[in-house]
Amino acid sequence: MMNTMASQVLISAEEVFKEFPLPQNALRRLAGKPLLAVHALNGVSFQLNRGETLGIVGESGCGKSTLARCLVRLLDCDEGRVRFEGQDIADLHGAARRGFNRRVQMIFQDPYSSLNPRMRVREILGEALSVHKMRPRAEIPARIAELLDLVRLPSDAADRFPHEFSGGQRQRIGIARALAVEPDVLVADELVSALDVSVQAQVVNLLLQLQEQLRLTVVFVAHDLRLVRHISHRVAVMYLGKIVEIGPTEELFSAPRHPYTKALLDAAPELDPARRTRVVAARGELPSPINPPAGCLFNTRCPHAFERCFAERPLLTDRGPTHQAACHLHEFGLAAIPQIQDVEFAP
Amino acid sequence: MSVAMQTATAPALEVRNLTTTFETSSGHVIAVNNVGFNVMPGEVMGLVGESGSGKSVTLRSIMRLIHAPGKVSGSVRWQGDDLLAMPERQLRKVRGGEIAMIFQEPMTALNPVLPIGIQIEENLAAHTALDRRQRAARALELMDMVGIPEAARRLKSYPHQFSGGMRQRAMIAIALASNPKLLLADEPTTALDVTIQDQILKLILDLRDRLSMGVVLVTHDLGVVAATCDRMAVMYAGRIVETGRVADVFAQPHHAYTRGLLGSVPRSGAQRTMLLSIEGTPPSLSAIPKGCAFSPRCSFATDACREAAPALEPIAPDRLVACFHHQQVAASGVSA
Amino acid sequence: MTIALETTATPKRRWRIAKLPGTLVLGGVILPASLVIAFFPNLFAPYDPTVFDYNALLAPPSAAHLMGTDSFGRDVLSRVLYAYTIDLQIAVFATLGPFILGTILGALVGYAGGFAEALLGRVVDAIITFPFLVLVIAIVAVLGPGLMNMYIAVGVVGWVFYARLVAAEVKVQKRLDYADAGRAMGYTHFRIIFRHLLPNSITPAIVYLMTDMALAILLGSSLGYLGLGAQPPAAEWGVQIADGKNYMTTAWWISVFPGIAIVVTGLGFSLLGDGLAELLRTKK
Repeated sequence: MMNTMASQVLISAEEVFKEFPLPQNALRRLAGKPLLAVHALNGVSFQLNRGETLGIVGESGCGKSTLARCLVRLLDCDEGRVRFEGQDIADLHGAARRGFNRRVQMIFQDPYSSLNPRMRVREILGEALSVHKMRPRAEIPARIAELLDLVRLPSDAADRFPHEFSGGQRQRIGIARALAVEPDVLVADELVSALDVSVQAQVVNLLLQLQEQLRLTVVFVAHDLRLVRHISHRVAVMYLGKIVEIGPTEELFSAPRHPYTKALLDAAPELDPARRTRVVAARGELPSPINPPAGCLFNTRCPHAFERCFAERPLLTDRGPTHQAACHLHEFGLAAIPQIQDVEFAP
Repeated sequence: MSVAMQTATAPALEVRNLTTTFETSSGHVIAVNNVGFNVMPGEVMGLVGESGSGKSVTLRSIMRLIHAPGKVSGSVRWQGDDLLAMPERQLRKVRGGEIAMIFQEPMTALNPVLPIGIQIEENLAAHTALDRRQRAARALELMDMVGIPEAARRLKSYPHQFSGGMRQRAMIAIALASNPKLLLADEPTTALDVTIQDQILKLILDLRDRLSMGVVLVTHDLGVVAATCDRMAVMYAGRIVETGRVADVFAQPHHAYTRGLLGSVPRSGAQRTMLLSIEGTPPSLSAIPKGCAFSPRCSFATDACREAAPALEPIAPDRLVACFHHQQVAASGVSA
Repeated sequence: MTIALETTATPKRRWRIAKLPGTLVLGGVILPASLVIAFFPNLFAPYDPTVFDYNALLAPPSAAHLMGTDSFGRDVLSRVLYAYTIDLQIAVFATLGPFILGTILGALVGYAGGFAEALLGRVVDAIITFPFLVLVIAIVAVLGPGLMNMYIAVGVVGWVFYARLVAAEVKVQKRLDYADAGRAMGYTHFRIIFRHLLPNSITPAIVYLMTDMALAILLGSSLGYLGLGAQPPAAEWGVQIADGKNYMTTAWWISVFPGIAIVVTGLGFSLLGDGLAELLRTKK
């Protein structure tokens, strides 16, 4: 899939940190204790190539939504930088910033709050088209009809309000709004998680078709492993504000090289009733992101943790040409490769 | 799969012709329409469906937790007695006693101003003859049983001091206080992360084995069904459209809706291909289509489907389907 | 391939009188009627409100003077009707300025948050520490009596209530995804505040505006009564009540009928506000 396209880096994140300060207790402040904050991102780095779909998975509180918001600059990172075509997006101002906002679009999770309830679909789409001067005024109605057709909504949808649509249809409107400005990149934050299963499939199909049709680059943020696996060329697994593993989808899913990835995959219920297990995939719970553990972030739950994991935070290191994991056990998952592949590709 | 499901034993719970209706401003709404199923002792029965399919209302109807203006009819036989016809006094003994229930959102189902320990003891006081001391000991035992670490200290904690997964465990501990023979679980893991969901589901299975209780698990997640249930019933627009053993239904769905649901979930080995989606959205309960409720979204539908709703009929041992074209559906497989 | 709109989409809402709150209907009858009188008092008033009639001083209600006459022989009914012009003008002018100013400031402050919000909070605290009437009287006392100065006094104080309401609502709305969607689209702050957030935040302010208009009529009458608002020859309910206060035991009609007019008009605004609140609440 990827080989046919020149791997050209479109967006890159370099050691991005983001924390959200908590309300401070006056006593703590007087005592000179460190200020409390939720450490949402703890040094995230990755590269997004033109035309690919990068899936970002993780459980709640892993920072995946924060990362998505940093990518479109809804949030500014505290440290590190996000580059778009090599340019630090924090340095963009005025027209350059608007240009960036046009080219990198976000689609939101909640179909009920992401559309202005007092604007008709025509106004929502028309606003995007006119603010970015995508079309001369006279051509806007025709373009609106075109966009609705693109997301497979009937043309009479234009004169309705968001509350007249079902959740799946609202997500289509959100997609149409993003596509109105003809972006290069779509950042989809839990695009379908609020929808019924049968409707999820429709929206996923639409996204796949649009990506082919419009040559979009997609960042697909989700907690549903099956969906991420289905959609993504590459997948990044996040835990407590860090990427613990990133690599080509099939490689990562069939032979995870980080114990957390493995736990996550094992915990996701198999669709095949014959492949049940009664072994619990991961013990314990997510540590508090206010006070993340020293050393490896996963050490509180990892069955393989040893002294080094409590002393030193592992870096993302190569496990293959495009596959990286952040674990002191470089050999982890290596043994599983042939065995799992047998199962995976058995006729 | 360790469950014993001898066909010889009588079902623990027998639901027959269960119908729940609501009078609303927009008219007469049938939320549950003529639903019937059995739960064997020690069996996990999955009730699957999307929003508005009536799966949660079914569960609440069994427990007579439907408030006016809702009306429930039919029969729910529990060890020979009809729960729906039972006097309130007797029902109180069964409810929370022999039959316990857990909910999707433990934060709203637990009392926020009482420590967990008190809430467990409350249930023990209502349904057992234990004295105060024994109750305290039993509460501790239950907290241990559901895997809450530092149980003794946690007994004094309030629900808001627990994480989502721990709250769900606490709710299960409360439910188990009375040694129930049947656990009704309404989307118990929907609000939880996948690793925590996995822990809770496996906890429920372990408890089922240890206490040999039956479980009715309501969920919208087919993965959860595949990983935990013995038998399943698929609901759509208030009716059961297909039931059977989980392995059978997953291997060969006979109802177009089941097929569509299974096809909507991505499978490995077919990355970036079109999913077998179902067009349209589930109908609102106040506007259920005529004939088979699924017919407007169904690619197999014929005029017959739009005329009359097919009855739920046996097609194989332990397998019921409500579809005129179930053979065609079965033959077409589950890929797009 | 286009999918049809399903039946789950709610049908277009049709307004039906029977479904409207009763308070709204009643308020909706009283207020337009008051407005008609305010604009065309000459069509309804049997006499000139300022002409003295020394032949009918302090005449009780009769066929010739339905509400009697005052100590100068002026027809009380005519004065009550002409007073609608001034009193409704007070209701509008004393509230519209604060409404507009407060809404705009509130929207800006709610969106900006941080220091601006803290500052607004302190200003609100400072102003509501004083009883509203006392504060207005103090300002009018400094500026001098008269309607214009009264508007200024009310405007200086009144905007904070609107600002507080709108700021609180904008603060809630700006956290919703559609506001972020606007930012992610590269829309200007101005557009996001006034095109997106304000239309979704202004409802409580409009409801409060109705109540505030009722309060403004009371305030106008109070100041008129105290001699700080509308000045004597003009027909104004507060002034009329003040005129009649020395004759309460002998000629009650001079004060009572303007009093009833105040109550009815104030009630009209209040009912409309309540009804509007109920309507908008059920709509959600």
